[in-house]
Amino acid sequence: MAKVKLDTSRCKGCFLCVKVCPKGVFVPSKELGEKGFEMVCMDESKECVGCGSCFKMCPDYCIEIEE
Amino acid sequence: MEFKIPHDIDMTQQASWCPGCGHGIICHAIAQAAEELGVSDRIVTVDDVACGQFAQYALKYNSIMGAHGRVVATAAGVKRARPDALVISHPGDGSAYSIGIESTLYCALRNENILTIVVNNSVFGMTGGQMSPTSLVGMKTATSPFGRDPKKNGTPVDITKLLAGTEMAYLARCAVNTPANVEKTKNAIKKALTKQMNGEGFCLVEVLSPCPTNWGMTPEQACEYVKTTQSVAFPLGEYIDREGEAK
Repeated sequence: MAKVKLDTSRCKGCFLCVKVCPKGVFVPSKELGEKGFEMVCMDESKECVGCGSCFKMCPDYCIEIEE
Repeated sequence: MEFKIPHDIDMTQQASWCPGCGHGIICHAIAQAAEELGVSDRIVTVDDVACGQFAQYALKYNSIMGAHGRVVATAAGVKRARPDALVISHPGDGSAYSIGIESTLYCALRNENILTIVVNNSVFGMTGGQMSPTSLVGMKTATSPFGRDPKKNGTPVDITKLLAGTEMAYLARCAVNTPANVEKTKNAIKKALTKQMNGEGFCLVEVLSPCPTNWGMTPEQACEYVKTTQSVAFPLGEYIDREGEAK
C-alpha cells in the first residue's frame, strides 16, 4: 500500500484528485482552508495503489506519494 | 513507485492561478521533463504577460518576462545570446496566435532553435475570458455572448495547419485533462528539449488546457469539455517530427 502525503495548506479545492483517483482515496472535506477554499481530505478506509494520477493532475503540487 | 514534487518547482511560494487551472499542471510537466533529462540548470524561460506570467512563481528557473505576444521572438534572442541555454517560451493562445502570430510564424520560418509551449485555453484568460483566436465555433465568451459566429468572427486558428509548410523541427498538440494526457505532454516536452540540445530547430508544443473560471464550469466539467469538444476541434498528436535532421 502506497502512502499519500497531502499538503492541504496549498489546496485550492479543485477536486481534480477526487475525479482521477481510481480508488476514491480523496473526498471533499466540507471545511474551508487558509485560502478560503473547500479543501480535500483523505478517506482512511480506502487504500492507495500508488498509480500517481493525483500527483500528475494536482495543479497546486499538494500531493506526493511514498512507497 | 514514488512520486516526488520535482526540485524545480518552487514550494516556498504559490502561483495565484484559479482552482483547476491547467497552467499549474503544465509547469509540473515542464519541471518533470527537465529533471528527467538532467538539464534543470540550463533552462531559461521567457514568460508572457497573461496567466502564464505566474509560472515564475511556480518554477525556479531563470526567467524573463517578454512583451505580450513577443515572447517567442524574445526567446529567440535569448537563445542567440546564450546558445548553451535551453530556452523555453511560454505564451498563451491569445498571445502566440493573435498579437504575436508574426513572432511565432517567423520564428518557425527561421527555424529558431527554441521550444515554445503554447497554453491553449480558447480564451483570453487574465482579462476576463474574451474571445481568442482559438475560441471554438459557437463558443460563448465574454465578447461573443451568443457564441462565436464564423461569418462575423472568422474561423479558429489551427496552428498545425498554419505551420504545416515550414521546416520546423517538432510540432505537437497535447492536453492536460487526464493523467495519461499529462504524461504525453511531459514526453512531448522532453522530446522537444532533446531536439533543442541536438540543434534541430524550432519546436512548438500546444497544450489544450482547461480554464474553469472563464468557461463557467467546474474543474471536472472543464476537463470533460477538453475531451468532448476542444480536442475534437483541435485533434491531439504529433504533426511534424523531423527526427535527427540537424539544421
